[in-house]
Amino acid sequence: MRAITETAAAPVLALLILAVWQVGVPLAGLSDFILPTPWQILRRIAVDHQLIATHASVTLFETLAGFAIAAVTGVGTALMIFYSRLFERAIYPLLVALQTIPKVALAPLLVLYLGYGFAPKLFLAFLLAFFPIVIATVVGLNGLDKAMVNLTRSMGANEWQTFFKVRLPSALPSLFGGLKVGISLAVIGAVIGEYVAAEKGLGYLQLQASSQFDTTLSFASMIVIAALGVVTFWSLEAMEKRAVFQREAAR
Amino acid sequence: MRDPAPATARLHGVSVAIENVTKIYELRDGSDLLALDRVDLAIAPGAFVAIVGPSGCGKSTLLSLVAGLAPVSTGKILIDGEEVKRPHEKVGVVFQTDLLLYWRTVMDNIMLPVEIKGWRRQDYLPKAERLLEQVGLAGFAGKYPSELSGGMRQRVAICRALVQEPGLLLMDEPFGALDALTREQMIADLQAMWLSVGNTVLFITHSIEEAVFLADRVLVMSPRPGRIDLDRTIDIERPRSWRSRTDVTFIEYMSEIRGIFEARGVLTKE
Repeated sequence: MRAITETAAAPVLALLILAVWQVGVPLAGLSDFILPTPWQILRRIAVDHQLIATHASVTLFETLAGFAIAAVTGVGTALMIFYSRLFERAIYPLLVALQTIPKVALAPLLVLYLGYGFAPKLFLAFLLAFFPIVIATVVGLNGLDKAMVNLTRSMGANEWQTFFKVRLPSALPSLFGGLKVGISLAVIGAVIGEYVAAEKGLGYLQLQASSQFDTTLSFASMIVIAALGVVTFWSLEAMEKRAVFQREAAR
Repeated sequence: MRDPAPATARLHGVSVAIENVTKIYELRDGSDLLALDRVDLAIAPGAFVAIVGPSGCGKSTLLSLVAGLAPVSTGKILIDGEEVKRPHEKVGVVFQTDLLLYWRTVMDNIMLPVEIKGWRRQDYLPKAERLLEQVGLAGFAGKYPSELSGGMRQRVAICRALVQEPGLLLMDEPFGALDALTREQMIADLQAMWLSVGNTVLFITHSIEEAVFLADRVLVMSPRPGRIDLDRTIDIERPRSWRSRTDVTFIEYMSEIRGIFEARGVLTKE
């Protein structure tokens, strides 16, 4: 009984907020130009689904491409940091310094250097996703019990074998944590890139809508951006469930 | 007609010679720490030797040197006459904690050394099953470590070491993390296992009773720098049972070892 109440809690609250919004807006006398109702937004998404889907696919592509590059180079960098003390000493302060720069501030410069096309959006998505992936992977690799390494070494394992039999599998939960943070940030990176200079993408669509006082379309774009973030996050979580042994599952 | 095969084939126990071994650790501040001071020790093939000493006396260091996990500073260690430079293939190690991989089943955990050594898995499956049976875990092959108790997990760790058919089994306080009752049972089972397998065992513990009960020979190590203070052969008939512990000889061995610790200030005199 309690379990049912707990799983129902979030949807009930969400529906409640939506209901208040739906009913409250006309009661307060707000026009859809200031604040559209949820129903209006939903209808707009349905009516303009083709337009929205075209722009969403652009943003999705930028996000996935930027994320993929961040995942590959991030895990690679983490491995080099883990295995080379010199590299760690050289790169870590730089990485942290880089991380303190607000990436949004880089966006106009990236447009200057990389043009108006995919490149700056992809680069921003990459830039935002990179750091958490590196950090989480390094933490995961360092987290292995030293005794575990002694165990495999006592069996005659080389580092290669220790890595694939023990180190990588035990780093996976942390690595996936980094990937999940990374992909949410990649969506933001892509959209920021579109805000600055673009001819397509959800960020561009939203900006266009706002400049034409089409608040409903602006809201619709925002909802789809959020949905994009949720869907990519869930896809990674589904992959994680397949790749990572759930400690609790056996219980 | 043949007799049914024994639970585990008897192994050829290897000899161990530790010759004038010193181990010095370099500390972070640049100073040196003498962990082991000129240790000499010869272990006959098939002997069960226990080293007992206080925490930090270097007994675990000695074990990791014999395992080939760390280099000696001076002197040398020979296994069957062959100098130890890296982990020896005839050596299996059981550590303080079970170190089972939680994402692998019991059987896959036992197969870890087989995979690492590049042996054929199917050649070792029957042996692994016999070992599981012998430690009372028949039917647990498909379970995950999280489904087992601490004692069961350490039993699996022992199977994992024995599946490699080690001529020398190194055990580093293997029962230290277990509760008293489980420990009692594990000690009895280890004796039975060793009697049937017959390999050489170097067993490290801080329990005087555990050492006297299990070993043919008990070595007492002094506090750091670790040296061997006493080398006592335990002359009690096997198999030993809980009754042996009330034997006068058993108690005499225990008080002799206790006396060494009292003289060294590890234990206070009553």
